Amino acid sequence: MESIIDFLITNEILIYLLLFTILLGFEVISKVPSILHTPLMSGANAISGIVILGAVILIRNTSPDNYIVLVLASIALFVGSINVFGGFLVTNRMLSMFNKKNKK
Amino acid sequence: MDKLIFLFAAFFLVWGLRLQSSPESATRGNKYAALGMFLSIFGAIIMPFENSGFNNYLWIFLPLIASSIIGYVIAKKIKMTSMPQMVSIFNGLGGLSAVLLSFIELYKVSFLGGEASLAYQIILILSLFIGSIAFTGSMLAFAKLNGYKWSEKLSLPYQHIINIVLLVVILYFSYQYFEVNNDFNLIYFVLGVSLLYGIFFVAPIGGADMPVVISLLNSFTGLTAALTGIIFDNKVMLLGGILVGAAGTILTILMCKAMNRSLLNVIIGGFSSSGKKTLKGVKGGDIKEINDSDFAVQLFYSSKVIIVPGYGLAVAQAQKLCKEIQEILETNDVEVKYAIHPVAGRMPGHMNVLLAEADVDYSKLIELEQANKEFKSTDMAVIVGANDVVNPDAIDDSSSPLFGMPILKVWESKNTVVLKRSMSAGYAGVQNPLFFRDNNKMYFGDAKDSLQRLSTELKTL
Repeated sequence: MESIIDFLITNEILIYLLLFTILLGFEVISKVPSILHTPLMSGANAISGIVILGAVILIRNTSPDNYIVLVLASIALFVGSINVFGGFLVTNRMLSMFNKKNKK
Repeated sequence: MDKLIFLFAAFFLVWGLRLQSSPESATRGNKYAALGMFLSIFGAIIMPFENSGFNNYLWIFLPLIASSIIGYVIAKKIKMTSMPQMVSIFNGLGGLSAVLLSFIELYKVSFLGGEASLAYQIILILSLFIGSIAFTGSMLAFAKLNGYKWSEKLSLPYQHIINIVLLVVILYFSYQYFEVNNDFNLIYFVLGVSLLYGIFFVAPIGGADMPVVISLLNSFTGLTAALTGIIFDNKVMLLGGILVGAAGTILTILMCKAMNRSLLNVIIGGFSSSGKKTLKGVKGGDIKEINDSDFAVQLFYSSKVIIVPGYGLAVAQAQKLCKEIQEILETNDVEVKYAIHPVAGRMPGHMNVLLAEADVDYSKLIELEQANKEFKSTDMAVIVGANDVVNPDAIDDSSSPLFGMPILKVWESKNTVVLKRSMSAGYAGVQNPLFFRDNNKMYFGDAKDSLQRLSTELKTL
């Protein structure tokens, strides 16, 4: 318990950030109209691929002969970034369908 | 420098989502979000480390290049009807990525030394657990959405008790790991049970509840991404994860509201307990069928028609035919609109995408509340492949399992026609008294064939 309280105190800024980001997230997302919920979801999904930053940082900090970590982390990077690239591209494809009419 | 890049990245991610608030700006918003993502990856690649780091750029760029090609191909090839499946798979991959990362960090703590506070280890285990549910849960959701038979049979008797036992097991072994000994075998065990839990979590949930499940799993992936952000002390990861978590949570709540059920009720497995009983109370009566030419003529001489598309339309891939009929009617000055129920389709907003693909202008799509105002001035409401969302029992019959669910009051329009394959009950397992109303007619057949017949008939007029 003490160590958890310690963690909270030493990471005060992080906790503030957490709180405000949660509020911001709910505020921004609740403004999305229901016709865009599928693109929102696939777009948000792509953003969840942001975990790959962790993989990049991990790989860069790992000694080149530590193959277990390198292989696992690059698998994490690989599957995570399929999510990122595919997610943004397919969201773009969907959204451009909504706007076909306007361009004509 | 890298800090500045991360700052910009965070800005673009938030602003990108902000622009999703209208269809006009959403495409730009998506590009901003993608730019934000690109910047943050770039930042992670160039950021300096205290001990100079090893870089290992080959290990970074090879997976990035391979996955960009695969991602590109999937994004171009995927059919819009398969969008829920694709989102499930991608969501699962995001979860898997987070699982691997927390696993590696735990491995490093155990084998490569280094001090790790208890709080840090709790976050790691939590991220491992939630990521695992997101991973295996999404994969099973994909199988269910794709209609694999085996995926519906995975649920065991006393599933909910088994699930609670699994949770207790996970908690107990995590506690052992923290307090008793840092034995890495415990981590393998926790990981294995968590992955199993993900499967059992989704197993009892019915295929038609998938909009809720996908949203919920999406929020799990967001949550685990945010936890990973804390682990790697990276604020953009934290922010991105929370945004996704918020999106998933809001959509989950909206979907539950639209079905008038609590999240718990969905997770436990839907109408199974009450559904069978109510079937006995079938409200009989005569149904009237309408033939091709009558249907076509009535539509043709209406001044306002509202189409209510349901999942049956998407299954039959009949959106383009809908659009064709809409065009024929519009050239004859019939006003055509589409009333979209929030749970139409297999994921939130799915029906809108399917209709957009068929070139239906989004200004013609009206939401539940607006639609319920407009039915009174409508000559004909055409229900294609929908059932429970137009069931008057939701308002009239307090004993119905649907009671209280927000529905489309189609019967307020002068006439209704229901396109349906048979008289079978909807997902909720209850009969629909709408079918027996005086101003309702039935038009039997597969959605695609029916609309084809109707379209041919309309063209002869």
